[in-house]
Amino acid sequence: MKRVRAEVLSARRLGAYHSITLVAPEVAERVRPGQFVSIAMPTGRTFLLRRHFSVHQASRRGGWAGTLEFVFDPRGPGTEWLSEVRAHRFLDVIGPLGKPFAYPAKLNACLLVSEGHGSAPLYFLAQELRERGKRVDMLVGAETQDRVFKPIETKRLAQSIVLATEDGTLGEQGSVLDLLPQVVESTGAQVVYAAARRSTLRGIAEFCGANRIPSQVALEEQMACGTGLCFVCTVPVIRKDGSGYDNLRVCTEGPVFNSARVLWELWMGDQPRLTPTPPEGFPVARSWPG
Amino acid sequence: MKQSLAVDLGGLRLANPVLAASGCLGVGADVPASLVDVHRLGAVVTRSLTYAGSKGWPTPRAAETSSGVLSAVGTQNPGVQAFLAHDLPRLRKGGVPLIASVAGSSLNEYVNVAGALHLQEGIVGLEVYLSCPDDEREGEPFYGRIERLTEIVGAVARLSRVPVFAKLPAFVPGIVETAQACVRAGAFGLTLIDAVPALAVDAERLRTKTAMPVGGLSGPAIKPIALAAVYRVARAMPHVPVLGVGGVTTGEDAIEFLLAGAWAVQVGTAMLVDPSAHVEIARGIAEYLRAKGLTSPEDLRGRLRVRGQNGDGA
Repeated sequence: MKRVRAEVLSARRLGAYHSITLVAPEVAERVRPGQFVSIAMPTGRTFLLRRHFSVHQASRRGGWAGTLEFVFDPRGPGTEWLSEVRAHRFLDVIGPLGKPFAYPAKLNACLLVSEGHGSAPLYFLAQELRERGKRVDMLVGAETQDRVFKPIETKRLAQSIVLATEDGTLGEQGSVLDLLPQVVESTGAQVVYAAARRSTLRGIAEFCGANRIPSQVALEEQMACGTGLCFVCTVPVIRKDGSGYDNLRVCTEGPVFNSARVLWELWMGDQPRLTPTPPEGFPVARSWPG
Repeated sequence: MKQSLAVDLGGLRLANPVLAASGCLGVGADVPASLVDVHRLGAVVTRSLTYAGSKGWPTPRAAETSSGVLSAVGTQNPGVQAFLAHDLPRLRKGGVPLIASVAGSSLNEYVNVAGALHLQEGIVGLEVYLSCPDDEREGEPFYGRIERLTEIVGAVARLSRVPVFAKLPAFVPGIVETAQACVRAGAFGLTLIDAVPALAVDAERLRTKTAMPVGGLSGPAIKPIALAAVYRVARAMPHVPVLGVGGVTTGEDAIEFLLAGAWAVQVGTAMLVDPSAHVEIARGIAEYLRAKGLTSPEDLRGRLRVRGQNGDGA
């Protein structure tokens, strides 16, 4: 990971979201799908902490070489400030951070499921999977039409694409979770990647677990430093051998996790908070096929 | 005379007066070397260590508040044996003096943790973290009662072969009396202050912002509170080393602490935001000394004058 002063090449609106493209060759050359960058806030304000964004696009070749793009939903003082940043301003950037999505070694058919701006890192993943000769299908959703991220882009990236909005203003009506079983069936998905709300990811994890489909999910948790120093952004993850669980940092050991190893009920707080390890241990999750 | 940033904390010599505060530099083995130039720190205070380790509290563990960060991590750490096996060798390689932060839920645990750490090569001091819940008093923090606090500090100080610093929050009943009691119990110095108990509320959803409702506030919001504690304790005990901590972000902040009576400062939240904050702070101190024609940070210690006294009213 590197810390750089990066110039903003462009800053624009994208439907309900904002997008910023940075000139940051040191980061753009290394970053892989699922990884994120951390942006410092201006000094002298009352909001201090850096903000963290999944990378949507990184160009290593061509006219845009050395640039990377991230997308955000302006909510709260940090992202609102960032939505007013214009081209040619310099930002303090650290990246790439976190562990990227793993590519399957042998399996071929990949289904990418996303909600809202969770789609941003998955479009990057779709591109990389295509370059590796994998079949990519996408299931993209949001609450309403203008929150579906770049619906037209998907056609270029995927073999098939299903759009879903909760209010039915675009594509199918319903959530990506409702449509998941039929899309898995129709595409013959062998691997699932997902970036969405927690409750949706948990549903996806349960579906994939029941159907024995390996899946990787990109998790979000409140972060402070983003670089592994503070232990704020942890998620309970079952150990490989099932002997217990550890609170792992989303910023360092994540944000991508094998969905079968996340202790969802503990993380989402619908179980007594200090669960002892059952005497028989936790179920051992199959390791990632690769 | 040549300027030097070196400080002498009653025999404990450090290359500069800027230390990393506990909990703001990972556990040790995982500090990204490309990001944090550990060599430029006067010393590193480790993450607080318990005997068997701790998973910490549920998430969310932090909330951003006005000019501060409220955190409720719950001393997540790998335990002292894992620290000695994996983290200490890596930290030691950095060549920076280490002050190990000792935590526990009972007197026994504090003693065991301190016992495992104090003779280790590279560890030049211990810092006793007293905000953990006390098993014997239904989870009330150790600092809540002066007798309990001095019992812990005294026990650690009696066994330790390296200097022991007691880390106190600002809101103990009588900060000066408590600090004096710690020194009587054997503490070599004091770290002032620990994070301030604080609550963040999400009014829209009628709920707290963190999973443990009350966390510890850090960052610039607490700097004036920390300065007051340092000032009062240092005035009462000018010969006892005080490490000032709370919102130090710039060289100027560090100077304020030194003037108020601190012997050195610790940087916490600022390191999380800017991993090279310590380098800038040390540079700021050097520039200030040069501008004032001074040669050592020790020249500043306790030099704070009170406005309105001795013709200083203008």
